[in-house]
Amino acid sequence: MTGEIGSDACFTDRIEPGVDELVVNVGPSHPSTHGVCRVIVHLDGEVVTKAEPVIGYLHRGIEKMAENRTYLQVVPLTDRLDYVGSMYANWAYCRTVERLAGIQVPERAEYLRVIVCEMQRIASHMMSLGSAAADTGAATMFIYAFDQREKVIEAFEELCGARLTYNYVRPGGVSFEIPEGWTERVLQFCRDHRDGLELMDRLFFGNVITRDRMKHVGVLSPEDAVAWGASGPVARGSGVNWDLRKHDPYSVYPRFDFDVPTGSNGDCYDRARVRLFECYESCRIIEQAISQMQPGPIRTPGLPRLLAPRPGDAYDHIESARGALGVYLVSDGSVRPYRMKVRSPAFCNLALLPLLAEGHMLSDLVVILGSLDPVFGEVDR
Amino acid sequence: MSGLAWGALYGLAAGLVIAIAALIGVWGERKVAGRIQMRIGPQELGPFGLLQTLADTLKLVLKEDITPAAADVRIFRIAPLIVFAPIAMSFVIIPYASGFAPLDTSVGILFFMAVPAISVIGVLLAGWSSRNTYATIGGLRAAAQMISYELPRTLSILPFVLLAGSMRPLDIMDEWRWWWIPLTFIAFIVYFISSIAEVNRGPFDLPEAESELVAGYFADYSGIRWAIFMMAEYGGMVAAALFGAVFWFGGYLHLPGALGVIMLIAVATLLAVAMIWVKWTFPRMRPDQLMGTAWKVLTPMALLQLVIVGVVIPWL
Repeated sequence: MTGEIGSDACFTDRIEPGVDELVVNVGPSHPSTHGVCRVIVHLDGEVVTKAEPVIGYLHRGIEKMAENRTYLQVVPLTDRLDYVGSMYANWAYCRTVERLAGIQVPERAEYLRVIVCEMQRIASHMMSLGSAAADTGAATMFIYAFDQREKVIEAFEELCGARLTYNYVRPGGVSFEIPEGWTERVLQFCRDHRDGLELMDRLFFGNVITRDRMKHVGVLSPEDAVAWGASGPVARGSGVNWDLRKHDPYSVYPRFDFDVPTGSNGDCYDRARVRLFECYESCRIIEQAISQMQPGPIRTPGLPRLLAPRPGDAYDHIESARGALGVYLVSDGSVRPYRMKVRSPAFCNLALLPLLAEGHMLSDLVVILGSLDPVFGEVDR
Repeated sequence: MSGLAWGALYGLAAGLVIAIAALIGVWGERKVAGRIQMRIGPQELGPFGLLQTLADTLKLVLKEDITPAAADVRIFRIAPLIVFAPIAMSFVIIPYASGFAPLDTSVGILFFMAVPAISVIGVLLAGWSSRNTYATIGGLRAAAQMISYELPRTLSILPFVLLAGSMRPLDIMDEWRWWWIPLTFIAFIVYFISSIAEVNRGPFDLPEAESELVAGYFADYSGIRWAIFMMAEYGGMVAAALFGAVFWFGGYLHLPGALGVIMLIAVATLLAVAMIWVKWTFPRMRPDQLMGTAWKVLTPMALLQLVIVGVVIPWL
C-alpha cells in the first residue's frame, strides 16, 4: 500500500513509509485531537509503529505579545493559554509578577484564588474525562461530565461575567468580590458534584469495555514520567507522588487537609481515575477554604496601575489541572515585561505521545492522547 | 402480472417502508438518546419533533452530491446502493402475520442470513473507492467485523431450524411453542449482540468510529448517498429487531389478526430501543477485542445453544 494518501506536500521529504506501512495523517482538524493536534501516524495494519505529533497550529505568539503590553494587560493574554483552565494561567502569571514586584496579597484574595482554582480544576478535569470518554465512544458520559463542568462555568460567570476567559486573578489580588449567596451555591455544587462523580465512576469506569480499552494501554513508567518532565495527573497516574500544592506549598494550601491521589499502573485508566479522585479532593479544599475565609480586602491597596518592577527576573509555578505550570518573567525596569516564558505542563505531557503510542492500535492512540489531556492553547502558546 | 413487475412493486414498497422506518428510527434514537443524556431531543418541528427527520432528509436530498477527485467514480457512486439493496431484500422473508410473508420460500432462513451479508461488499467498495486512508481502514475493519459476526449470528438462528425441522419461516411459526423462549435464550443473546455488530452500531461501530476514523467508510460521502448509508444502518436495525421479535418472541402468534401484527411491531420496537440504549451507554470496543468477542465468546455460546437444543429434541 502506498503512503501517499493523506500525506502532506510540505512533509513528503520527512515521511517515508516503510514496507507494508500506511501513513495516516490525523488532524489538525479531527474529532479527537483535542483542538488542533496533528499526529502523523505510521500504521502496520492497525498497529501504530510510529506516531509523530506536529504542533504549532495554534501558535499565537503570546509570549512575544506580552513584551508589548503592560503587566496588567498581559493577564487577559494568559487567559488564552490554557483556555479550559484560564484561572491557573492567571494565577501563575500573577504570582510571578507579585514575586517580581514584591507585592503582598491580602489573605481573602488568596482564599478566593484557591476556591476558583480548585473549581477550575474540577471544570478542567470534567472536560478531560468527558472528552476521554468521547474518544472511546461513550457519548453519554461526555454529556454527564459536561453537565458538571457547566455548573462551575455558571458560577464563574456569576463571579466575573465570563464563561471561559476570566481575567479574574490580577496582580495584587482578584478582580471582583464574590456576589451574595455565591459561597452557598458553591457548597451546594460540591455536595451535588460528589454524587455526579459517583455516577460517572459507576457508568464509565465500572464498565467492562472501558476497562478493556483503558487498562494496560499507554503504560508510562515512573522513571519515564520523571525523565520526560511529566507532571500533574499524567505523572501521578504512574505513581509519582508529586504535587506542587503539597511539595512546594504556595498560597494558603498548607492550611488545608487534602490527599494527593496517585495511580499504580501508569496506564490510561489510572491517569483518568486520578483526575476523577482529584475532583473529590478539590471539593474538600473548596469546603475548607470557604469555612476558613474571613472578610477583608481582595486587592492590595495603593497598587499603581502601571507596575514597573525593579530590573531582575522571577519564576513561580503552581499546580494546574495539567501539572506544573510555571511563568518566568524578566523585567528591565519598564512598565512592560522584557521577556515572558511559560513552562507549559501540557507541552511536556504531549511529548510522551510517541513513546506511549508505539505498538498500540490506532484506536488506542486517541485514548492515549485523551489521557495526556493536552490543551493546545498552552502547548503552542 | 409478471414476476418482474411484482419485484418492482415490492422494491418500491420495501423502499418506502424502510424510509419510513428510518425516519421514525432516527427520531426515536434521538429521543431515547436525549432522555439518556438528560436532554429532550428534537421537539420543534411537528408534534414531539416528529418532522425533524423529514426536514433533515429534505436537507440531505437537496445537498450537493460530492465525489472526491481521487475517488474511483463509478464504484464510489454505486457502493451505497450495494449496501442498501441487500438490507431492503432481507425484509422479504419475515412472516408479518399469520400465513403471510412477502416471499414464502423454503430457504427463508438461509436467505435472511446470506443476502444481507452482500452489503459487506458495498461497505468495502465504499471504503476502498474513496481513496482516503480513514475510509480504507474503516472499510477493511467493516469487512472483517461483518464477516466475523456472520458466523455466531447464523449459528444463533439454527436452533429454530432444528426445532421446527424446516428453513421455511412460516413452518417455523406453525411449530412455534412458548417454551422456545427459555430454551433459546442463549441464542437470543448471541443474536442480539451479533446483530448490533452486523449493522455496525455502537459499541461495535468501529468501521465508522468517529473518534479515530472520523466517519470510516462513508467519510467522503455527502447528501443523499450518505443518507442511503444511514438508511441501510437503520433498515438493518429494524430488520434485525423484526426477525428477533418473530422467532424468539413468537411475533404475531400471541394475539389474533391485526392485534398480532401490532404486537410484533411493539416487540420489535422494544428490541430496537434496547439496541439504541446499548449504543448510548457503552464505550466502543477495539478491533482486536471485537474479534475476540466474536470468536471466543459468541461462537462458543451459539454452539453450546445448538448442543442444548440437540439434546432436548429427542425428548419432545
